[in-house]
Amino acid sequence: MCSLCGILGGSGHWTDAAARPGVFTRNVDPLQRRRERAHRIACASRVLAYYGLTLSDWQASSFVLSTATGKTELVEDLGHLWAAAEKLLGRPCDPLDPDLIIRLEGGSLHG
Amino acid sequence: MAEPIFTPVNLITGFLGSGKTTLLQRLLADPALADTAVLINEFGEVGLDHHLLERIDDTMVLLQSGCLCCTIRGELSSAMRDLHSKRERGTVPRFRRLVVESTGLADPFPILSTVRADPVLRHHFRLGNVITTVDAVNGLDQLARQVECTKQIAVADRLVLTKTDLAEPAGADALVERLSRINPSAPLWRAAEAPLDAPALLSHDLFATAGRSGAARRWFAAELATSSAAEATAPNRHDETVHAFALSFDGQLDWTLFGLWLTMLLHRHGDQVLRVKGILNVADADAPVAIHGVQRLVHPPIHMAEWPDSDRRSRLVFIVDGLDRVLIERSLGAFLGSVPLSLSAV
Repeated sequence: MCSLCGILGGSGHWTDAAARPGVFTRNVDPLQRRRERAHRIACASRVLAYYGLTLSDWQASSFVLSTATGKTELVEDLGHLWAAAEKLLGRPCDPLDPDLIIRLEGGSLHG
Repeated sequence: MAEPIFTPVNLITGFLGSGKTTLLQRLLADPALADTAVLINEFGEVGLDHHLLERIDDTMVLLQSGCLCCTIRGELSSAMRDLHSKRERGTVPRFRRLVVESTGLADPFPILSTVRADPVLRHHFRLGNVITTVDAVNGLDQLARQVECTKQIAVADRLVLTKTDLAEPAGADALVERLSRINPSAPLWRAAEAPLDAPALLSHDLFATAGRSGAARRWFAAELATSSAAEATAPNRHDETVHAFALSFDGQLDWTLFGLWLTMLLHRHGDQVLRVKGILNVADADAPVAIHGVQRLVHPPIHMAEWPDSDRRSRLVFIVDGLDRVLIERSLGAFLGSVPLSLSAV
């Protein structure tokens, strides 16, 4: 467990099985893991921008999700991201929301 | 370090009176399943099903007076932990498979979720095939009246149609057609007409066969063939909210974008995504990655040894309840930055 944030580690969300097995689940390639984390933040930020939220890395172990007014939530993995986002926003984040889809179609997630 | 050995857990489900215990009785008679532990859940105060199995030893556990998916869910994990502990101590035979027979009223999802969520069990057990029995005489009525019945069929890896010798052929055919629309990918056995292939029912699952391309091909071939045929003859189905469809993508897709999308979809609509499974052509990976989920429960992705055929497209199959297929398609395309090619709707 992290002594600062109290997050229990080691559960292993399914999305952590990246294209390269072991990048997240075993400490085989730390540099690659940092790269994957940066990519993860970039991808998530494109969607989170629609809701006015930002995601940033926290000590290469967790993520910090923030609102424009400075409210924050610590997020362990993608499994926790959406629950935290909805908690901060006070409304649902729905991938089937037509407005979100139109926004993403207008500007691809790949940038 | 040696790879851990996980004991597969098979769930036998199906509505009340659909022949679960009879099926289990036939399966356990197969010598290939001699080292199988059995856990039976009965709703009534007095359990009877275990007597029908005529097997008395400590690897047969009865959980009665409640339903596994709600009132006695905690007892499932306790019973499994207890079986595991006794096996390690050598006080019960070293079983290599566990079969759980649920009550006919049980929603299968909480039972599957127990195996994955329990902090002890998930290190010793893994989910195997879910086998659902469907009564050929009463199946259509049950589907119309009981939502659990539809869920039990949607999560099945194998469907066993029982009592076909009692049913009118026209009624049985209509039921088979309905089953193929709810869950086109599950192979269907007719219990009364053929000898049951116990290993094919229980042990030929994706995890066990990940390295074998033939098995993966069979995993996908059924739904693709069925869905094309069903699309050509689809009648008006506005009364049915549960439906299946398949999508495919050219080129390689980004694992992170896909994960972001699926976690978001399951977080918001997990109750309505009864099943999702697929084989993905992931960027930077030589071999395909197979994914498999039931509602909010996504199995660990499997890095397959090779492609099942020459088709290199990513393929995804959904079974959803009341969700708009076009929106799912557009949403996934918007996240991935590419337009999915609709394979079929069933």
